[in-house]
Amino acid sequence: MTRPSRNTWFGERLSDQGIYVQYLDDHHPVHMPCLEIRRLDWAHAAKEAKRLEMRLVAVWAADANKRAGKDASERRLCTYMAFAHPEHRHVLLRTELSAAKPEIPSLSGHYIAACRMERSMQDMFGLNVSNAFDNRLWIKHEHWPEDSHALLRAFDAHTPLRPEPERIGMDYDYVSCDSECVYEIPVGPVHAGIIESGHFRFLAVGEKILNMEERLGYVHKGIERSMQGRTAQDGIALAGRVSGDSTVGHAWAFAQACEYAANLDIPPRASYLRGVLCERERIANHIGDIGAVCNDAAFAFMHGQCLRLREEMARLHQEIFGHRLLMDAVTIGGVASDLSGDMCQKLIRQTLDIAAEVEHLRAIYADAPSIQQRVIGAGIVSVVDAKDLGLLGFVGRASGHYSDERIEEAYPPYDDLIIPVPEGKLGGVSTRVWVRFEEIANASRMVIQLLETLPEGEINTVWQAPEAGVSGFAAIESWRGEIAAWVRFGMDARIDRYFVRDPSVINWLGLELAVRTVPVPDFPLVNKSFNCSYSGNDL
Amino acid sequence: MSSIFFQFLQALLMLLLAPLAAGFISTVKARLQNRHGAGVLQPWRDIRKLFSKEVVLADHASWIFRFAPYVVFTATVIAASVVPALLPDTPLSLTADVIALVALLALARFFLSLAGMDIGTAFGGMGASREMTFSALAEPAMLMSVFVLSLGAHSTNLTTMIHHVLSTPLLIQPSIAFALVAMLMIAVAETGRIPVDNPTTHLELTMIHEAMLLEYSGRHLALMEWASMVKILLFATLIIDLFVPWGLSLDANAAGICLALTLWLLKLSILFVVLAVLETGLAKLRLFEVPQYLGTAFVLSFLGLMIHYMLEVQL
Repeated sequence: MTRPSRNTWFGERLSDQGIYVQYLDDHHPVHMPCLEIRRLDWAHAAKEAKRLEMRLVAVWAADANKRAGKDASERRLCTYMAFAHPEHRHVLLRTELSAAKPEIPSLSGHYIAACRMERSMQDMFGLNVSNAFDNRLWIKHEHWPEDSHALLRAFDAHTPLRPEPERIGMDYDYVSCDSECVYEIPVGPVHAGIIESGHFRFLAVGEKILNMEERLGYVHKGIERSMQGRTAQDGIALAGRVSGDSTVGHAWAFAQACEYAANLDIPPRASYLRGVLCERERIANHIGDIGAVCNDAAFAFMHGQCLRLREEMARLHQEIFGHRLLMDAVTIGGVASDLSGDMCQKLIRQTLDIAAEVEHLRAIYADAPSIQQRVIGAGIVSVVDAKDLGLLGFVGRASGHYSDERIEEAYPPYDDLIIPVPEGKLGGVSTRVWVRFEEIANASRMVIQLLETLPEGEINTVWQAPEAGVSGFAAIESWRGEIAAWVRFGMDARIDRYFVRDPSVINWLGLELAVRTVPVPDFPLVNKSFNCSYSGNDL
Repeated sequence: MSSIFFQFLQALLMLLLAPLAAGFISTVKARLQNRHGAGVLQPWRDIRKLFSKEVVLADHASWIFRFAPYVVFTATVIAASVVPALLPDTPLSLTADVIALVALLALARFFLSLAGMDIGTAFGGMGASREMTFSALAEPAMLMSVFVLSLGAHSTNLTTMIHHVLSTPLLIQPSIAFALVAMLMIAVAETGRIPVDNPTTHLELTMIHEAMLLEYSGRHLALMEWASMVKILLFATLIIDLFVPWGLSLDANAAGICLALTLWLLKLSILFVVLAVLETGLAKLRLFEVPQYLGTAFVLSFLGLMIHYMLEVQL
């Protein structure tokens, strides 16, 4: 296997702009390099990235000192931002903040999607993002004491919450409207049904939505903090639980970031098996969501059938991989269990059966005018908006923004496969459902191809933790879209900082745009067609 | 004497049969979707369960909120006992006027909407506003549809209309066909079924009828749920009475009643199976298309009226 050479494309562009860049040697892989820039170039670099039509992947912060346990007084923070270009892959930029006054200019002027990630950064690290148009709390809700920042090392996990009386008058400042004809509808955070917690604030005129604002953070569990001090083998179980429905995607992203950091290649058989797991997860989730979209329009027949198909997949997963949702199937350095020839045949047969049944259901769905009438033209995100926000996965692909890490990063096993991209442009519920149907068909073909050409050999490599201070970055195309994970190791092979950006962080923004001017009762339908993760956003 | 007994029996039958009818519809639906379903008795179990649960009242609930379930239930049950299910000539038949029937249902709806707004939650108000908007369109359409038949019978009294239909020779009148289609459409809307409303949804934002019941619990909820089940049976019986009344027992003897009962149940099952098939094959309408749906029903009734004058009235 030839090692890719260092990706210098963006670095050169930045140098051309007079931005001083320095490649960090303790970051891997080289084709997704990390560049140290000066703090005053921070916003300038983002502007240049925007000019080069790069997509903002994530913004996050970390402790600057590479080796944990140094003198606490000179502890500095540093911030990272990652960009991706369809042809020139991912690049990370990093800058160090001053210890006395940790402040960084906001990127939201160039990339609107940066806003919520910067707000999380402020909440978690207590640094100050200047020039931001929105400085409200995001993940940290009112009941946390003012000066507690959960990802600072000084934070005590036993910090008592603010008592109820102190919170009076600290209400979140929702976008509001003074007009008497505007009706405010608060929905959640506790919803009917078994979905997660999140609050939606609607401003409606009659039955038409004027604006919808999300407030998330209700399912914050402290995953990033809890990861600190774990070994990689210990941490992958937690990473696989960032969002339960994309456990393979998250576990893979975490594993690959660790493996990159440790310069570890996994055996081809292991990467093929990971591909099978990931594509099976994609099929199962798309089937479930298609049924749920139809059920929200009271087309219960599809829901029943889709539930059945998804259940059949879950049962086979339980039988072969030991978990209905494939949790803990991906391990550091490989996968947990090997497949016998018999199991391969079983998987191939079921994938074929399910793909055929889905095609049958698709014909029924396409021929039912009453459901078509509901989905066509509902919840549209324009191509321009999709590009501005950098919408990911099937949501992006329904709105003319075709980023797919399986193609752009072409990590194994996808470098051996042809990955067709369903190119949707209309951006409505029906387009998102169409993309999902296409992806089920494509993923089924991939599963079968991967299983039929499964290489012989080991399914694991021995894990060798990298030195303290070494970091790795990985971008994996889960069923929702790109999961970006960044892991830095500290002393004793323990993880010092784990950052993960679920695709939902970006796609939640798309939902806010999609429901404008949509009738209020169509919101659940549009929401379900996105099906963003609350847990993946709140961490 | 016996007619009073049968009147009473008829009302009781409606009341007891309503949950079974709801269970029957959902079982047929489940079977159509390849599911087992919870069984015909499930609505009865639900009602029993709700009656044994305590009532949780919101702090802001006024007497209207507590009062409404009883008004809704009583009004619906009175309306149901007015509609002849087995025999047309009962002590209440003089009051069995369609306009009074619509008024009784409107009374129930009025209190239901008040209760929806009483608590002050966003969903209750939303449901009440939708319910009122749609009923303003559905009620005239329903009256128009009934008027098509009233024109022949020269009365809006149900018993008189039934006798008229029974006495006319069986031939297909185009005006009645229009009225029937309109009535079926309105019955679906008035009872909150797909494609207008979805009684099984948990999505508050999409609800019409259920949105007003969200804050109810215990016996209050049981009464509300029961009332809406009775309403389905009421509309089905009304459609049977107006369009296919054959089999109704003209005098109160046991054999006639038995035959009437059998035929009534048979006609009901046919109607409910049709409803279940439609509900399985259809998605819910977009909210802004419901007025068009109800408008179509109104236009159909109106066409029925016109056709009656143009083709069927011998001057």
